[in-house]
Amino acid sequence: MIKAVEEINRHTIAVLVDNEAGVLARVIGLFSGRGYNIESLTVAEVDPRNSLSRITIVTSGTRMIIEQIKNQLRRLVPVHKVSDLTLEGPQVSRELALVKVAGGGDKRVEALRIADVFRARAVDTTNESFVFEVVGATEKVDAFIKLMEPLGLVEVSRTGVAAIARGSNPL
Amino acid sequence: MAQKDTLTGAEILLKALVDQGVEVLFGYPGGAVLPIYDELFKQNRLRHVLVRHEQAAVHAAEGYARSTGKVGCVLVTSGPGATNTITGLADALCDSIPVVCLTGQVPTHLIGNDAFQEADITGITRPCTKHNYLVKDTNQLARTVHEAFHVARSGRPGPVVIDLPKDVTQGPGEYQPPSRVKPKYKPQVKGDIRAIEQAVEIIANAKRPVFYVGGGVVNSGPAACQLLTQFVRMTGFPITLTLMGLGAFPASDPLFLGMLGMHGTYEANLAMHGCDVMINIGARFDDRVTGRLNAFAPESTKIHIDIDPSSINKNVAVDLSIVGDAAHVLEDLIKVWKARQCRADERALKAWWSRIEEWRAQDCLHYESSNKVIKPQYAIQRLYQLTRDRNPYICTEVGQHQMWAAQHFRFDRPNHWMTSGGLGTMGYGLPAAMGVQVAHPEALVIDIAGESSIQMNIQEMATLCQYRLPVKVFILNNQYMGMVRQWQELIHGGRYSESHMDSHPDFVKLADAFGAVGLRATKPGEVDDVIKEMLAVDRPVIVDMRTDASENCFPMIMPGMAHNEMVLGPEDRAMEKPGSEDDGMVLV
Ligand SMILES: Cc1cc2nc3c(=O)[nH]c(=O)nc-3n(C[C@H](O)[C@H](O)[C@H](O)COP(=O)(O)OP(=O)(O)OC[C@H]3O[C@@H](n4cnc5c(N)ncnc54)[C@H](O)[C@@H]3O)c2cc1C
Ligand SMILES: Cc1ncc(C[n+]2csc(CCOP(=O)(O)OP(=O)(O)O)c2C)c(N)n1
Ligand SMILES: [Mg+2]
Repeated sequence: MIKAVEEINRHTIAVLVDNEAGVLARVIGLFSGRGYNIESLTVAEVDPRNSLSRITIVTSGTRMIIEQIKNQLRRLVPVHKVSDLTLEGPQVSRELALVKVAGGGDKRVEALRIADVFRARAVDTTNESFVFEVVGATEKVDAFIKLMEPLGLVEVSRTGVAAIARGSNPL
Repeated sequence: MAQKDTLTGAEILLKALVDQGVEVLFGYPGGAVLPIYDELFKQNRLRHVLVRHEQAAVHAAEGYARSTGKVGCVLVTSGPGATNTITGLADALCDSIPVVCLTGQVPTHLIGNDAFQEADITGITRPCTKHNYLVKDTNQLARTVHEAFHVARSGRPGPVVIDLPKDVTQGPGEYQPPSRVKPKYKPQVKGDIRAIEQAVEIIANAKRPVFYVGGGVVNSGPAACQLLTQFVRMTGFPITLTLMGLGAFPASDPLFLGMLGMHGTYEANLAMHGCDVMINIGARFDDRVTGRLNAFAPESTKIHIDIDPSSINKNVAVDLSIVGDAAHVLEDLIKVWKARQCRADERALKAWWSRIEEWRAQDCLHYESSNKVIKPQYAIQRLYQLTRDRNPYICTEVGQHQMWAAQHFRFDRPNHWMTSGGLGTMGYGLPAAMGVQVAHPEALVIDIAGESSIQMNIQEMATLCQYRLPVKVFILNNQYMGMVRQWQELIHGGRYSESHMDSHPDFVKLADAFGAVGLRATKPGEVDDVIKEMLAVDRPVIVDMRTDASENCFPMIMPGMAHNEMVLGPEDRAMEKPGSEDDGMVLV
C-alpha cells in the first residue's frame, strides 16, 4: 500500500561475478522469481585471470525494491560485488545497436544524412539497404531507431547497456 | 582403480564428509549413486539411515540439524530420487536450516542427452537452495564438498545441493583437506559498533518497548539464546517470539508474552501494536506475524538485527538496522549497555507492564473444557505436563495441531522445537522427528500431528521400526484438515469443500502393521493413561487422540487485519469482517 505511492526510478547496477556455469541463470532467476524487472542486461568476462565477469543490469523500482535487488544479488554465493552506478555518482553508459534499413530514393539519402548526425557508421551497404552501427546512451540509440522507422527500418540488434563510473576509482 | 596418491571420487567424497564432521547420512540408493553406496558398504565411520522416501530424508536431515546445530546430510540418486527432495529443500530454505544434499547424476558425457534418470537438478533446485554445485572433475570434488558445508552453515544457513555425475564418483582424483580450501563466501558477523551504540541509546530511552525475536537467534546458537536471555532480563522488557523462535527465551520467564502473529497471544500482539520501540532480533517480519502492513506497530521506532541484509527493509522499513550474527551483536549490546550503565525508564516501564498485565488477564488461550470430548488444547496441555521433566524434543506437522502445540507446549530451551514455519509443509514432522531421534537416541522425541498431515510421510514408520527409533507420534485426530476447515467456516461461509476425508486408516492397526505400538483415546478421562502408556513403551508409538472435530484455533488475526483487531474466540464479533487478502495473510 505504501509502496504504491512511492516513486519508481531506473537504476543501473554493476555486478562482479565468478565466471562459472549457471551464474547468469542465478541472476536472471532471481529477477524473475521475485518479480523484479530487467530493462537491460549485459554480461561478459572482464578479468580472465581471476575468471570474473561483469553483469550490467538496468532495472527500475521503488527505493525499497532497488535496495532489495542489491541485497538479494549480494546473497548469491558467486557474486563478489554489487554497485549501484546510479546512486554512486556520475557514470558513463553506452550501448551499441546494429540497425538495418532498406529502401531507395529519397529515403535512402535521408537515412544516410541522419546517420551522419548521429555519427552512426554504415557497416554494410547494398543497393537497397544499409546496416548502421550506432553507439551511445540508450536515449540516443532509441532516438536514432525512431527516426529510421519511416525510412525503411527492418531490423534492430542491440547489445544492452554497458556502464562504468566516471573518475579513477574501480568498482 | 586408483593409484598411489589418488582415490576414487566416492572415496574422496566420504573422506570429505568425515572431515566435515558428518556422522550420519539420510539416504536412498539408485543407479547413479551406486559407487558411493559401494564405498559406504566398505567403511564404518559414516552411518546411513535408509528412509522410505527421499522427501523424508531431507526433513530428517532438517530435524537432525535443528536439534544439534550441525549440518544435516542427505544422499539420493539422480532423476526421481533428486526430484523427490525438492519439497524438503524448499522447506529448509524457507526456515534457514543447514542441509547438504548429495544427488547422483548421469555421467558427464550423457548430461543433456535425456539419459535414463537424468534431470537438470542444478536447474531445478536453483530457486530452492542457498547454493548448488555440479561437480565435473573428481579433483574438484573435495574442495566443492568443503565449500558446500561452509556455505550451508555460515551466515544465514540453508540447503546446498551437490550434483555428482557417476563418472566423477568413479574416476580417480586427489583429496584436499578442509584446511587447504579457502572459502570465498564470508558473511558479515560483527555488527557495526556505531549502530549498536545508537541501538542502546534508543533502547535505554524506550517507554513502551518490546523484543520481537525469531529463528535467527536459534540459528545463531545456544550462546546467542543465553545472551538474549541475559540482555532481556537486564532491561526488564517484555519479549515475544515467532513460531520459529520458540525456545530462544525461556517460556517460563514472566517477561515472555508468548508467540505473536496470526495465532499469537493477545498480549504479544497488542504489545507489538502499542510499542514505541521494537527490537527485532533474527526475525523477518513475516506476513503471518505483521498482519496488515499499514497498521503494523504504527507508533514504533524499529531496530532490526539480522545476518542477512536482504531481510532488512524487505517488508517493513526500519529505523535502525544492524547486520550481523545475533550472538556477536547481543554481546556488543550488553557490553555497551553495561559500560554506559544504562537503566530502563522504570516508571514508564511499570506503566507499560500494567497495561500488558491487563491484556494478559484476558487469558486468551482459554478454551471451553469438556468432559465428553477431548479438547485438542487439553491433550497438548496434558502432554506437556506429563513430559516436561524429560525435556522432550517436539516436532509438528502443519495445521491447527501445530498452532495448539505452539500455544500450549512451553519451551525453556532452544533446539527442542522443530516445525515447518515458512513453507508450512504437511508431512514434515514425522521424518524430522526421525532425524532428531537419530541425533539424540536417548531423548524423548514426539511428533505432534494431524491425521491428514501424518499420512503424507507415514511410510517413515517403517524406518523408525528398522532403526529402533522410539519416536512418539501424537495425532490430534479431528477427522478434518482442521486448519482448512477453520478457514472455510470463518471465511468461506461454512462450505467445507474437500476438507474432510471420509476414510482414514485405523491408526492403531496401522501402527501394528508397521511393527510399532498403537494407542487410542476417545474420552478426556483416557488422555493421561494413554500418554503414560506411550511414555512407558520403548518403541515407536502412534497415539490416535480423537479430538473435538469442530474446535477452532484462537486467538486469530483474520487475513488483512491488524494486531489490535484479533479475534479472541468464537463469540467475538470482530470475526465478521475479514479484510482484503491482498494486504496481509493469505494462505492456509
Ligand atoms: C499454519 C501456520 C501458521 C503460522 N502462524 C504463525 C504465527 O501465528 N506466528 C508466527 O510467528 N509464525 C507463524 N507461522 C510461521 C511463519 O510462516 C514464519 O515461518 C515465521 O513467522 C518466521 O519466523 P522468523 O521471523 O523467526 O524467521 P525465520 O524464518 O526463522 O528466519 C530467521 C531470520 O533470522 C535471520 N538469521 C539467521 N541466522 C541468523 C543469525 N545467526 N544471526 C542473526 N540473524 C539470523 C535470517 O536472515 C532471517 O531473517 C505460521 C506457519 C504456519 C504453517
Ligand atoms: C503439503 C501441503 N499440502 C497442503 C497444505 C495446506 N494445508 C495446511 S493445513 C492443512 C490441513 C492439515 O490437516 P491435519 O494434518 O489433519 O491438521 P489439523 O489442522 O486438522 O490439525 C492443509 C491441507 C499444506 N500446508 N501442505
Ligand atoms: Mg486434522
